[in-house]
Order: sequence, then structure tokens, then C-alpha cells
Amino acid sequence: MKKILVLLLLAVVGFYVAETFFDIGFGNSHFVKNEAIKPVKDIYLQQTVQELKVSNTVTSIVVNFRGFDTLGEVTVLFLSVTALGSILYKKRHHVGERSVLFSASSIVTSGSKLLFPAIVLLGAYVFIHGHLSPGGGFQGGVIIATGFLLMLLAYENYSVSHNGLSIVESLAGITFAGVGLLGFMNGGTFLQNFLPTGVLNDLFSGGVIPIIYIAVGFKVAAELTGVIYTVLNEKGEQNG
Amino acid sequence: MIAFILILVLLVLMIAASIYAVRQKDLLYAVIATGIISLILSILFYLLQAPDVALTEAAIGVALTTIIFVITIRNTERMEVEKDNNNNTKPAAK
Amino acid sequence: MDSTYFQYLDYAVYGTAVLVMLTGLYAALVKRSLLKIVIGLSIVDSGLNLLIVTLGYLKGGTAPIFSAGYDGTQTMVDPIPQALVLTAIVIGFGVTAVALSLVIRLWRHHHTLYIDEIKNLKW
Repeated sequence: MKKILVLLLLAVVGFYVAETFFDIGFGNSHFVKNEAIKPVKDIYLQQTVQELKVSNTVTSIVVNFRGFDTLGEVTVLFLSVTALGSILYKKRHHVGERSVLFSASSIVTSGSKLLFPAIVLLGAYVFIHGHLSPGGGFQGGVIIATGFLLMLLAYENYSVSHNGLSIVESLAGITFAGVGLLGFMNGGTFLQNFLPTGVLNDLFSGGVIPIIYIAVGFKVAAELTGVIYTVLNEKGEQNG
Repeated sequence: MIAFILILVLLVLMIAASIYAVRQKDLLYAVIATGIISLILSILFYLLQAPDVALTEAAIGVALTTIIFVITIRNTERMEVEKDNNNNTKPAAK
Repeated sequence: MDSTYFQYLDYAVYGTAVLVMLTGLYAALVKRSLLKIVIGLSIVDSGLNLLIVTLGYLKGGTAPIFSAGYDGTQTMVDPIPQALVLTAIVIGFGVTAVALSLVIRLWRHHHTLYIDEIKNLKW
């Protein structure tokens, strides 16, 4: 009975969602019927090249046009890490027991020791070149977190300093907010660019955008590593 | 032509993986199926000209989400237990 | 890519995204296991992200990156849905992590994942 009700409900939801999106069509540029109205995409694409000198338009939108949004989003991630820690809180003497998924052989441990610096380097490359190529702070941070995940899985007694993580996270957050506030001194708005923009497709271009994205990269890496470390420290009854 | 067939195959695989993930009683297999959904999704993002999103989805959906689910299953129970109305436990059908 | 083949794709990508979304929603509404509900929610996330990125796609468009090889003639796909989905994926991971931590906490208290047996969750 309940299943039939749910299927009916889903059919109604699916019908209206499908109808809405099928009207727009796949891959059509005729979103707007009136030709005089230009889509906001054109303005973003134009300003990205001419004013900000950033190659990757997604980066310029995430960091500059919607930079305040990104600040809030990074705060949400921070809150989720905090909530995770407080939900999984345990008495002191239980802390330190790790939920070991498997005991790794020596091939796995030496292989991860070799791979770990390469993964961290890849992550750093991705977020330093965030304004030139696909990638950025979020992607680079996640790649670095997967490197730490590999080490945590391979070594049973590998541990990450919680204080170090929170220091890195706080410094990155302060850098983001501080660079944003510095925009008040010269330009007048939050996250206004105050550095020389340089030449398009140069590593040192884009003004404050690379600085902010590097800060986001450090912050995301610290937060996601914290999430993994907290969950891995949870040790329940082994019955599986 | 080849890209057209590739996209169609990926879409069919994605639907199949999602239905498998919902119907499977062994939760470990279901979690692996969600990882496969994320993998297909990141290939689709790449084909839809969104390389930034493809990178994020590949790293988060395939690696981090899957490992968090696996750790949770390790800490709780692996099988989804079917119960009838009389609250009698019967083992999940293999 | 030949544009004549693309007309069949018009509804396939949207349809898949909506179907995947509905499958996840079905799991979240019908299933009794807490872990299955969280799996369903993460499937809804995937379908929704595909839907939003597909909105910004343009036929024959390139990725919105002005690299050195770009000659200035090709159209670019809409970068705004991509930026939104980029943040949505990271937030989705945070949501999944918090939901799973709640599952672990409930397991610790009630030693079951079956929502009918958890009296505090009765509705």
C-alpha cells in the first residue's frame, strides 16, 4: 500500500520536473526569447578575459563573481566537520582505537609511501594552476585528502595531528576573509581586486584570485582529512 | 557517432547501477554501485564540457564517499534485514 | 560530433537524470534500513547534479577555459551551472558524512539500523 502511494507521488514529481526541463531543451542557446536580453553568461565570459585576466571562467565565477557564496560554503564544510566531531564524541580512553579495514601487506605500505608525495604534489599543482587549467581549490584539496586517506588505510598507526589540521584550516579561513576585507581599502567592495592583474595565461595573473583559491585548497584539504580521520577513529562492534 | 553511442551506453549503465544499488540487500555491493554511478557521472561531466566538475566528482564521489560508507558498514551491519509485519526477522534472500 | 545524432540525445540525458533522481527518492521513502536511506539520498544528489550541468550545455560548445589554443571563434558552454554544481558536490559530501555519523551514533545507542525499532524516531 505504502509503495503504491510512494510510486504515485514519485510519478507526479517526475512528471513536473521532466516537463519543466524538457521545455528548455538540450544544448539550445535560445533560453531567452527576447534577443535584446543578453544572458549573464556572456558578461561573465567577457569580463573574465578582459578585466580579471583569468583563463578558467569557472574559477572566476567561484572566487570572484560569487566569492561571498564560496566563503559561506567553506563555512558550511567547517560546520559539518565540527558536527561530525561532536556527534562521534567518545570517552577519552576509547580515543586512539582505529577501525582497521584490512592489515596491509608490505607491498601496499611501501607503495603508499612512494605514492603519497606524488599525490600531494598533484593536488598542489591542481590548486596552484586553478586559474589557468581545469581544477582549483576544491579539486586540489580533495586530491590531497585522498592522499592522506591512502596513508591512513595503509598504516595502522599513522595519525594526523588535530591541532595541526585546525591551525591550517583557521589560517586559510583568515587568509580568505582577510584578502576579501582588504578589497575595502582600495576598490570599495568585498573581494575587490587590488593587485596587478598581469597577462592572460601567465602563472602570476588574475590578481587576488589565485591567492584565495590556494587558501580554499588548504582549507578543504584540512577539513576533508579531518572528516576521514574522525570517521576512521570510530571503532564499533566487529560483526561483518 | 561513437560519442553518441558512448553517451547512450553510459546513461543505460547509470540507470542500471542506480536500480541495482536500491534493490541490493548486501549493503557493501550497494555502496560499490553508488561509486560506479559517480564514476559514470564524472565521465558524463567530461563529455558535457565540464572538466572542473568532472575532477571534483571523480575525487569525492568515487574515493571519499565510498570509503566513508564502507567504514560505516564495517562499524554497523552489512546486510539489510527484511522484516515482515509480525516483527520476525528473516535473513535476507541471497 | 554530427549534430543529427544529437537530437535523439535531447531527452535521453534529461530522462536519465530524472530517473536516477526518482530511484534515489524511492529508496529514501520506502526502505527501512538507515544506511539504505543515506545511499538513496546520495543517489538523488548525483541525479540532480547531472540535471543542472546538462542545463548549461550548448551543442558544439567548448569548455569555458580560455587556454592558449583558444582562437576566439567557438561558443562556450554556460559556466554558471558548473560553478554551482562544483560547490554542491563538496557540500553533498559534508551532508553524507554528517548523516553517516548520525547512523553510527544511533547504532551505538540502539544497536539496530531498522528504523521501526528505534522508538525515538517514531513518526
